[in-house]
Amino acid sequence: MSAPPGVCRTGPDCWELGTDFRPGMRVPVRVYASEKLLTEMDDQVFEQAAHVATLPGIVEASFCMPDAHWGYGFPIGGVAAMDPRSGVISPGGIGFDINCGMRLVRTGLAWPEVRSRLRELVDALAERVPSGVGRDGFVRLDPDAFREVLRLGAGWAVAEGYGTADDLRRTEGQGCLPGADPECVSERAIQRGIRQLGTLGSGNHYLEIQVLRAEGVFDPALARAFGLDVPEQVVVMFHCGSRGFGHQVASDYLESFLAAMPGKFGLPVIDRELACAPFDSQEGRDYYAAMCCAANMSFANRQVILHRIREVFADVFGRSPEELGIRQVYDVAHNTAKLERHGTGRAARELLVHRKGATRAFPPGHPELPAEYRETGQPVIIGGSMETGSYVLAGRESGAKAFFSTAHGSGRTMSRTKARKLVRGGELIQRLAARGILVRAASRRGVAEEAGFAYKDVDEVAATTEAAGLSHRVAHLLPVGNVKG
Amino acid sequence: MSGAVPFEFVEGATSDLSFVARGESCEAALAAAAEALLAATVEDPAGVEPREVRRVTLVAPDLDLLLLRFLNELVYLRDAERLLLRARSLRVTQDGGQARLEAELVGEPWRAGHHVAAGEVKAATAHGLALQRVGAGWEARATLDV
Repeated sequence: MSAPPGVCRTGPDCWELGTDFRPGMRVPVRVYASEKLLTEMDDQVFEQAAHVATLPGIVEASFCMPDAHWGYGFPIGGVAAMDPRSGVISPGGIGFDINCGMRLVRTGLAWPEVRSRLRELVDALAERVPSGVGRDGFVRLDPDAFREVLRLGAGWAVAEGYGTADDLRRTEGQGCLPGADPECVSERAIQRGIRQLGTLGSGNHYLEIQVLRAEGVFDPALARAFGLDVPEQVVVMFHCGSRGFGHQVASDYLESFLAAMPGKFGLPVIDRELACAPFDSQEGRDYYAAMCCAANMSFANRQVILHRIREVFADVFGRSPEELGIRQVYDVAHNTAKLERHGTGRAARELLVHRKGATRAFPPGHPELPAEYRETGQPVIIGGSMETGSYVLAGRESGAKAFFSTAHGSGRTMSRTKARKLVRGGELIQRLAARGILVRAASRRGVAEEAGFAYKDVDEVAATTEAAGLSHRVAHLLPVGNVKG
Repeated sequence: MSGAVPFEFVEGATSDLSFVARGESCEAALAAAAEALLAATVEDPAGVEPREVRRVTLVAPDLDLLLLRFLNELVYLRDAERLLLRARSLRVTQDGGQARLEAELVGEPWRAGHHVAAGEVKAATAHGLALQRVGAGWEARATLDV
């Protein structure tokens, strides 16, 4: 793995490949990475980002975040803003797991109060937040009710009693993408998703109990503003998305776009996973409406999971969630395409921003942020491996250069097949237990695949986003309990 | 077709699972691809018993996309009907620029406590997708999003 010839440094932890790197590029590729991360990126990152740079309507650059790695069509960690009038929308720029995202929940509990109850907590969470193959969510819905979920997102869950209005305010876009139209969703997608609300999934999805130690606080003022204000504070972080529903939406439209690209749209198929359609076409609009449905299903999924977490903590500690100081810090997506206004004054315009494995990071003062975060900037959640911990960061004004986007995780460096050859799941679970990290997993094979050594250095990723001006580190959270599929 | 069929997981997608499945015929390669998917889903695919049958007919513009549709049909049936399935008999025909698959699938519903999860495949993807003749046999290549 090495950066291709021709890549040049253009700023602190910022690199560029010009439009002469590959034929047909309309804009350059811009990579935010330390020298170490750049060197570690797989070659396909640059090739895929160059393919993205050829897409009609792309504005400014094809961006790669510091955690970028090989993906389908777009690299994971890829960002591309399109002119909605002349540009395209691509499922490969969003990801199969539409609105996969992170939610962080603070508690008022300190680690010494929780340590002796950790096993009980992790077991109860594993039981009540189903993960892996073959397990249904606890929310039972008929197809009409499920379509309401698709329209309303997390707001549906709160209206049903699974959360509070405060949760919604602390969720990106208040947990709902406007523009969702269930008529644009196939019956197959509905049949796949209808029993999955309230489930975590598998792969790299997880629910973690974490501790914020004093040495993990980078910015005490912002940490306090985010509610991270208890010595040795226990928090809960989870990572999941729109489950099989979102995948079916993506698969359905990928096939329909592939069929229409060469003839109807006159678009070349460079890579089947980079299938796209003009945003201003019936197919493009239909996909956007279906994608919004999947995003809303995902927001609702994370909302009902939060409800279960509140129930579990209340049961284990015999106190109400309010008494336990449980409150959502933020919920942020990292697999979406959204219509956003960027630029200032006369240069301000609406763009369709694809973020695939990339997190929105609005700066202080942004009008879309709730009052609590208007002065701090948007909380950003970067999930690490179950061994290395995760980060909370905040959006910064200097992030405007990448349409206010930053990293989403630590990014894989090793295939699942190779990781499984290097460690057995049971052995890793024991090793983690010896280090004080309790793991409950539906699949031991899945644990081996998610070993820390299969990922980039999350500390380096978080530090690079700060050096590049994309986001600012607030706190580093360490895992003590992990539930995964 | 439920005997030993050749497939192997290979280095490919960083985040996901890539496999190569082989057979003497196009149908045998497709059956082996279904076995690869089953092995990515449960720890003991041989323990999936033939209790239920599903018949499906799939059409695609070419053989590659027929493989994609076949794998995604199996993923769909796992999520929507909880079924773990393998191929019992397959028939592929090509006519007028279309590839058509008539498949008889056999398996059983997921049984908690009996089946041990290996992973949850969420989709087969178009990355590196191929269903083609290689030498004297056939080969199916695909990447599964997990």
